[in-house]
Amino acid sequence: MGDAVTDTQASGGDVERARLTVDALARLPGALLPILHALQDEFGYVDDAAIPLITDALNLSRAEVIGVLHFYHDFRTTPGGRHTLQVCRAEACQAMGSDALVRHVEERLGVAMGETTEDGAVTLRDVYCLGNCALSPAVMLDGRLHGRVTPDRVDAILNATVEAPAGSTR
Amino acid sequence: MTTRVFVPRDAAARSVGADDVALAIAAEAHAHGLDVTIVRNGSRGMVWLEPLVEVETDVGRVGFGHVAPEEIGGLLDAGMLEGRGPRRLGLIENIPYFAKQQRLTFARCGVVDPLSLDDYLAHGGYLGLTRALGMTGDEVVTEVIESGLRGRGGAGFPTGIKWRTVLGVAADQKYIVCNADEGDSGTFADRMLIEGDPFTLIEGMTIAGIAVGATRGYVYLRSEYPDAFRTLTEAVAIARERGYLGTSVAGSAHAFDLDVRLGAGAYICGEETALLESLEGKKGVIRPRPPLPAISGLFGQPTVVNNVLSLATVPVILERGAAAYQAFGMGRSRGTQPVQLAGNVKRGGLIELAFGVTLREVIEDFGGGTATGRPLRAVQVGGPLGAYFPASMLDTPLDYEAMAAASGLLGHGGIVVFDDTVDLAQQARFAMAFCAVESCGKCTPCRIGSTRGVEVMDRIIAGENRTANLELLDDLTTIMTSASLCALGGLTPIPVRSALQHFPEDFSRPIVPIATA
Repeated sequence: MGDAVTDTQASGGDVERARLTVDALARLPGALLPILHALQDEFGYVDDAAIPLITDALNLSRAEVIGVLHFYHDFRTTPGGRHTLQVCRAEACQAMGSDALVRHVEERLGVAMGETTEDGAVTLRDVYCLGNCALSPAVMLDGRLHGRVTPDRVDAILNATVEAPAGSTR
Repeated sequence: MTTRVFVPRDAAARSVGADDVALAIAAEAHAHGLDVTIVRNGSRGMVWLEPLVEVETDVGRVGFGHVAPEEIGGLLDAGMLEGRGPRRLGLIENIPYFAKQQRLTFARCGVVDPLSLDDYLAHGGYLGLTRALGMTGDEVVTEVIESGLRGRGGAGFPTGIKWRTVLGVAADQKYIVCNADEGDSGTFADRMLIEGDPFTLIEGMTIAGIAVGATRGYVYLRSEYPDAFRTLTEAVAIARERGYLGTSVAGSAHAFDLDVRLGAGAYICGEETALLESLEGKKGVIRPRPPLPAISGLFGQPTVVNNVLSLATVPVILERGAAAYQAFGMGRSRGTQPVQLAGNVKRGGLIELAFGVTLREVIEDFGGGTATGRPLRAVQVGGPLGAYFPASMLDTPLDYEAMAAASGLLGHGGIVVFDDTVDLAQQARFAMAFCAVESCGKCTPCRIGSTRGVEVMDRIIAGENRTANLELLDDLTTIMTSASLCALGGLTPIPVRSALQHFPEDFSRPIVPIATA
């Protein structure tokens, strides 16, 4: 299924856009991370079709690029949901009940950590520290930080941002 | 006449509604026919009071805590702009939590508009650089050595000694790298400084560059901090436009410029050699030392790698002189430490104090005890690689040597408080599990040891051959400590062993079916 999605994403127009993104950054010293970030910002993930563009532009092997892509937790190689909810599970948030918050969110969305809801609305991810440790527990929705998050608040945050009531079918 | 109202743009303040408060103030002031200028300042560090609004009055800035957007109309009616009414905390600088601090590194944070260079200059900004420009590189390095400043990232290595090494190596290109990969749970000082006073960091890096002869700098900032990234990127552009970065720094013969680069969610990249690999576009795998980064660092060139707080403290040292800075502190820990109080605590925030304050003073006097109101059972000091201390050890002072003597570490200055619901066997298991996920894989003790560590902990928790497995855990942590290549594998045993030492009862609980095992 992943392959089918990849094929449709890697249409000619997308490859051209990806090439422009790669070429714009290729001359930076140590350009690989900036390029991977830029591709993910643009497409939501780094498609396999972008790998040859990077290897050509940076004179790297496919193995080197894939190795870096898989090393870092941030980078995705398949499309995620339209929204990304990160729940902090590091010590300060543990001390304020993040485990219970995680269970609540998993139940509400009907997915486990790392998965995307069936309707493609939300990808749920864990994160180890959002730097909001004096207002634990913390979550981040689409890059927007929230503090002192209770189960009720996370429901309100999701309701306010996510168009369909994600997970309500379960 | 317009009244200036300050609403923080700090991510923590925004996380509890500061943006909505700022919008409500603008709308309600307009509806009330009041002339208000809203300044989006940084955080004062009294994070539990956020959103903390300040109103500039004739007698000073008056604070209003826990302000909610729907109350703004009523607060304005009650005289908020004259510094009166509900939610009033009094003059911000008289609030004991703030008044008792010794703010050097964070002197401007929360006071100024972070993106106003003029505001920065009006509050002593670039005085340190001006002085440094009149000195030789060697004199600047000597000043930093004499200040006693030690690496605030956690290792505590004397900053000036690192600089001296880089200064002494001849090279066509040297680099200043700022480690802003603040991954330790319970810490947020780097983020708060970057969002509240970014020019201080830029000035510190510029001084470092001039001192050691480096013309390029990089800030390696973790991707979990999008607000800090935006603020710092904008501040760098402003500094460049105004001639404080570029081919002629502040009109001098020195060139220095810097770029902000984003990490990608790897905790190990807070280790300086892994960070350098990542900046070069590779996996964040650590490099064996020697060579030291100071001799062969970024792209093989001599490189200063310093934490955000170390670099951001340099301007005040140059401005006021080494003697003024090292007059603070105790023993071999000189100056101030921005302590970050977090987790299950009533009044969490950032507290900058001279070294030597005890855990108890911070947690009880500043923090007011646990947020849940239950008894405090454990505190973890120094991030995920730091020790868990019991309540009986709260009189330990917060300095490098005292923490080491207590078999712990100060790290980046984070304190995470836990109440009596915490299970230290689970926390020890988590330390191993975190190491297993974040290990770069370079060395066996860390890569394999942490994985075996999780398995051993699971057997201990499940009550399988506890005596034999505790012995095995002891062997394993000894090997990880002595044979790992860097601090991740080398220090993961600290939380594990401290939990075992101070909370043995959690490792011998009656066996019940455990869902997590």
